[in-house]
Amino acid sequence: MGDFDRVLAARSAERPTGLQFFSAMFSEFMELHGDRRFGDDPAIVGGIGRLNGMAVTAICTEKGRTTRDKVRRNFGSAHPEGYRKALRLMKQAEKFGRPIICLIDTSGAFCGLEAEERGQGQAIAENLLEMMTLRVPIVSVITGEGGSGGALALAVADTVWMLENGAYSVISPEGCASILWKNAAEKETAAEHLALTAEKLLPLGIIDRIIAEDEPMEQVMKKLGCLLYQEVERLRSINIDDLLEARYQRFRSMGTDKIQKGTEEL
Amino acid sequence: MLNGNIFKKALNSLEETGILRPGAKPQTPDRLYIKCDACKAMLLADELREHLYVCPKCGAHMRISARDRIHMLFDEGSFQEWDADLLATDFLHFPGYPEKLAEYREKSGEKDGVVTGLASIGGHPCAIFVMDPGFMIGSMGTVIGEKITRVFERAAQQKLPVIGFTVSGGARMQEGTTSLMQMAKVSGAVKRHSDQGGLYIAVLTDPTSGGVTASFAMEADVLMAEPGALIAFAGPRVIEQTIHKKLPAGFQRAEFLLEHGFLDKIVTRDRLRVTLKRLLGYHRQEDGSYGRL
Repeated sequence: MGDFDRVLAARSAERPTGLQFFSAMFSEFMELHGDRRFGDDPAIVGGIGRLNGMAVTAICTEKGRTTRDKVRRNFGSAHPEGYRKALRLMKQAEKFGRPIICLIDTSGAFCGLEAEERGQGQAIAENLLEMMTLRVPIVSVITGEGGSGGALALAVADTVWMLENGAYSVISPEGCASILWKNAAEKETAAEHLALTAEKLLPLGIIDRIIAEDEPMEQVMKKLGCLLYQEVERLRSINIDDLLEARYQRFRSMGTDKIQKGTEEL
Repeated sequence: MLNGNIFKKALNSLEETGILRPGAKPQTPDRLYIKCDACKAMLLADELREHLYVCPKCGAHMRISARDRIHMLFDEGSFQEWDADLLATDFLHFPGYPEKLAEYREKSGEKDGVVTGLASIGGHPCAIFVMDPGFMIGSMGTVIGEKITRVFERAAQQKLPVIGFTVSGGARMQEGTTSLMQMAKVSGAVKRHSDQGGLYIAVLTDPTSGGVTASFAMEADVLMAEPGALIAFAGPRVIEQTIHKKLPAGFQRAEFLLEHGFLDKIVTRDRLRVTLKRLLGYHRQEDGSYGRL
């Protein structure tokens, strides 16, 4: 399977959406709405779920299932109020000591006029800043598309997992090809080099585990729920200051070993 | 690979100043005149330099190199550079990346897109990062991420304020998802410096976009911009392609962001030094530290 095929698999309409993961993984889920500043963005769903009995704050991007639902949810591309809602709920989780689980499947933060007007960049930046020091465990899973900053804004976590057919990328292969080579047809070449598959991201330390898709998705989702429970329990047993230090170092180390000191030979 | 440009003719003095945009052709062979992109006026090069590369006819703030900015803004002789020897590598074997790095290293005279170090302004010491439009338009990869992270870490250790100038087209695609991670990496260091009470002032210059806007550019305590600077998450072209509409004039310019509450101030280049000096002064504590550090 080529890397671009992986991108297509991540985008597939057959793929379960965030809320389908929630219903497979949680015995209960109660949605909580709104960012308390501007509105409620249906592209991001948040609330409290029960994971094997444990109350967790759960947040996902949601692409929608029916055409109407997809349009309402803007195909899972969030506006700033979506990221601000997520942060509000994460701070609520911190207040009550609830672990946070984020499921990510978005082609990216929405690139629109209102999104810019309301500070898309600022909203994402604030999440990156605040998530780094939230005093509860955070686990994020790229379940499908991990579209650039719009995905990262929910993925500053202690543990980041990715499904086998996910794609976590700084830019879409089409976008990359059209910018660099003025030819969107080079998307396959771009995909091969953007290091966006789970297999390539694992050795780079960007993800910590690949969730295999070797069973029907219903089973995969249930298994993910069990694994998440174990992981959250493990993280909860770690002293919070040690956990925050590890979270800082997790991102601090990104790319450092790829830098050369001195001499200009490439 | 070896930089294959050693036989090309030496850069002339104006190119060294970095006022040319990447790839821009010299507009007159002898470089006596420079054309303002905004009002098309032909300007005397020497006069323009004295005007801090602000068009005396229309006030357009032209892009300037990191070194020029450091030279014109900070106390003379105060700048001590940090980490000048860090080099990006082509760890994803991305087609054309080594050539591009070599080309921009030669063209800009810089090793990558940011210059960092220690400097002072009106006697106030500060840790600084200044991004360079001449190096892949400040495209953010591992080197920029590492250098700016170190600025905040050192500033926290040495109890210094941080002054940062941003200019960026976004994340560096040639470094794949690792370049995306630089947003979180730098943000972590910004947060630690901030939680210790450190002061961070950002000046957003034309253009600041993508992953830089969605991370450290927007994370400052005091956020300023130069007049007319484009400041965006998604650039205007991407938005027009997404929504199939023309954008209104002035959209995503500094003045637009100020009006929408995302900037503290717009400061013209000739007022930057005095503005930064005053801000640092407000935060100076009796023991000589800044902020609550």
